[in-house]
Amino acid sequence: MTTDSLNPRSWLYPTPRGLYCEPGDFYVDPAVAVNRAVITHGHGDHARPGHRNALATPETLAIMRARFQDMPDTAQQPLKYGESVRVGCIEVSLVPAGHILGSAQVVLEHRGQRIVVSGDYKRRPDATCPPFEPVPCDVFITEATFALPVFHHPPDMVEIGKLLRSLETFPERTHLVGVYALGKCQRVIRLLRAAGYDKRIWLHGALASLCTLYQQHGIDLGDIALVSDAILETFRGAIVLCPPSAISDRWTRRFNEPIPAMASGWMGVRARARQRGAELPLIISDHADWSELCMTLKDVGAPKVWVTHGREEALVHMARSIGIEAEALHLAGREEDEGET
Amino acid sequence: MQAFAELLDALSFQPARNAKLRLIEHYLQHTPDPDRGWALAALTGGLDFPGAKPALLRSFGEDKIGAELFHWSYDYVGDLAETLALIWETNPEAGPPPRLGEVVETLQRATKMQTPAILKRWLDSLDATGRWALLKLLTGALRVGVSARLAKQAVANVGKQPVDQVEEVWHALSPPYRPLFDWLQNGGPKPSTNSGGAFLPAMLANPIERAELDTLDPTHFRAEWKWDGIRVQVSSSGGVKRLYSRAGEDVSAAFPDIVEAIDFDGVFDGELLVRREEAIAPFNDLQQRLNRKVVTSKMLKEHPAHVRLYDALWIEGEDLRALPFDQRRARLEAWMARQPRPRFDLSPLVQFTDWAHLAQLREEMRGDGIEGLMLKRADSPYLAGRPKGPWFKWKRDPHLADCVLMYAQRGHGKRSSFYSDYTFGCWRDAEGKRELAPVGKAYFGFTDEELRWLDKWVRDHTTSRFGPVREVEPNLVLEIAFDGIARSTRHKSGVAMRFPRVNRIRTDKPAGEADTVDNLLRLVPPSGNG
Repeated sequence: MTTDSLNPRSWLYPTPRGLYCEPGDFYVDPAVAVNRAVITHGHGDHARPGHRNALATPETLAIMRARFQDMPDTAQQPLKYGESVRVGCIEVSLVPAGHILGSAQVVLEHRGQRIVVSGDYKRRPDATCPPFEPVPCDVFITEATFALPVFHHPPDMVEIGKLLRSLETFPERTHLVGVYALGKCQRVIRLLRAAGYDKRIWLHGALASLCTLYQQHGIDLGDIALVSDAILETFRGAIVLCPPSAISDRWTRRFNEPIPAMASGWMGVRARARQRGAELPLIISDHADWSELCMTLKDVGAPKVWVTHGREEALVHMARSIGIEAEALHLAGREEDEGET
Repeated sequence: MQAFAELLDALSFQPARNAKLRLIEHYLQHTPDPDRGWALAALTGGLDFPGAKPALLRSFGEDKIGAELFHWSYDYVGDLAETLALIWETNPEAGPPPRLGEVVETLQRATKMQTPAILKRWLDSLDATGRWALLKLLTGALRVGVSARLAKQAVANVGKQPVDQVEEVWHALSPPYRPLFDWLQNGGPKPSTNSGGAFLPAMLANPIERAELDTLDPTHFRAEWKWDGIRVQVSSSGGVKRLYSRAGEDVSAAFPDIVEAIDFDGVFDGELLVRREEAIAPFNDLQQRLNRKVVTSKMLKEHPAHVRLYDALWIEGEDLRALPFDQRRARLEAWMARQPRPRFDLSPLVQFTDWAHLAQLREEMRGDGIEGLMLKRADSPYLAGRPKGPWFKWKRDPHLADCVLMYAQRGHGKRSSFYSDYTFGCWRDAEGKRELAPVGKAYFGFTDEELRWLDKWVRDHTTSRFGPVREVEPNLVLEIAFDGIARSTRHKSGVAMRFPRVNRIRTDKPAGEADTVDNLLRLVPPSGNG
């Protein structure tokens, strides 16, 4: 499939507005509003409001409508996983990325050359979205959020076990778990259910609408309820999910000696967990860890890898050491650390 | 090892004392001997492994993933043991992870040559938390915010005994403390305290105010000056000589001048001071001598330590603790009179006729090195802990300063949603401009209601944020109470307060009328070399 004469950087390259595909005249996850955008998934640093045309999975478009007041001014083009469509001179298809509901890798084909933009991805099972599918390609553009050998996310059930054991040791205290509203929240609920926790899980109001959206997409979250709807509830020994910023908010004063927990890949590093005020850090990430990144480079088998979005140098170093032509690709508008990870 | 690792992990993230106690108790109750004994030794600082040096850990890491990746990783994590724990991957074929007891006993026997191979095998078999705990244990810096006292409190709670009972037997025991657990959990005999240089739990006093004194009969009490040093216990028997803090921490190593001067058998209660000729140096001078592993001869010469004795618990094999205070005092005076005792002297009794007279003496005593008065019932036996009634401390009134709130930081645990740690400043002139210089930090002294008020004030008057810290408009005056003040090179303003707390919120006072740094400097006592 390789056309040796064609330089991939001639048809897909970074600009101040984002990654631009010239023969298709569209951007992938642009940092600002543009005429035509292809969106990998619904997180805020990838999906932004105001595009005139947006192409994404139906689930991602639903998430964007929920977040951006229905987007009446954006022409929306849903594309299901596995289907393809022609945009300008480009064949575009979307393949599951295993990151959150609706998340996709963008597969671009032009004159026999194939580039895959991974967006954000992970390789372990997640009950809220289909798993990542490796697509053989000429150029693989990978994220690098957790691209250091210190990041080895433990099995999810080990981390959920930590939360459940803490509930045994401190059965009267409210366990307040900081989660990102989109993806992490629903995944943590599903993990708790899988671990046999069938009690009511309480939610901060900011998490409500996306949980409803997940439920509408057939993801069963069990007995969930809003903290604000509680009457005569002491929250003793309850699990309450909230956005990370609410953990040290005045809102928490209604709870019984709350234990602040945080579910994030960053919790693997102690100093980071302390910075976030977590007393019970749970290493649960929606991104690939170091071994998953390395495994993915081998699985897709691309001779060229462009690394973006995180700690590029370590992954570039690793890719080169196994004979891959790797370079860092600096994209505008990516939040380095504290985004929805 | 895995259970111990989980304990250390939980402790390292848990700021609240009671929750830390619960975690340790839970571990001690659910872990068999000898592992729990070794864990107790680790938490109380009783283990030492000379074989594992940082250079060894670094070379492990570089061999594993290459120098570049290891360098980037270490750079990001900032802690060598943690970096190595994270980059090392568990090898499913390495067999079961070691028990804590196996780790300790193996390393105590292993030669320096054998250590690296043993260590690698364990790193392979443990998970990331287990590796982190193992490496922290080996490098001797647990840093999980647990004092030896707290660990002993947890052991005592497990056996439903007062912590002083554990302190009393502690120094006669060694890891893994089987007799201790036998006694506390299995109804075994209480371990013997009859061994060399043991610590005996100290008797503590309750604070008292002038008004309460009128309910007491002055003829029942004896008075002593309350020295501004550190309460210590001098313990010597069977040729073992020790100096302990009042919590039972062995501080002998930092004060070789005192230990050398012990040429007697007995256990005495007294105040550790720095004394030059006849003069007692300010507390700050004593502070220079604390927390040092190595004491230089210069330090010994310029900051000579001294113990001012005020009670005798044992003298030459005889336990005096059941005797009334007056009799112990007579025995102490007679013992001191027998021969000169360099580096030790007697804290004199303060003679008074009634409370008004004593109040007057307290007012007049402006000398340095005195914090107030101690009042002890003439008939009081020496009791462990802080019994109510026999002993009182009547502190000198604190200094007060009006300071301006500059920064507020969120607290921990129950206070994590409250801005409860306050940095305050005083005015000074810098290059012709009047500015606030931070002079201290206080996080108590206020009521719950005042805390809610302060928290709201901080939120409503924030000018900028730095992580958990907020800078506020310099408009709120706090009256700060503090027990002393010293010059300090570590603080921008050049002064450091002792025991500062929020005394009152002065909404009535304009910030411009708060105190100046110069006002504070006038309170600094003149120092010898400090």
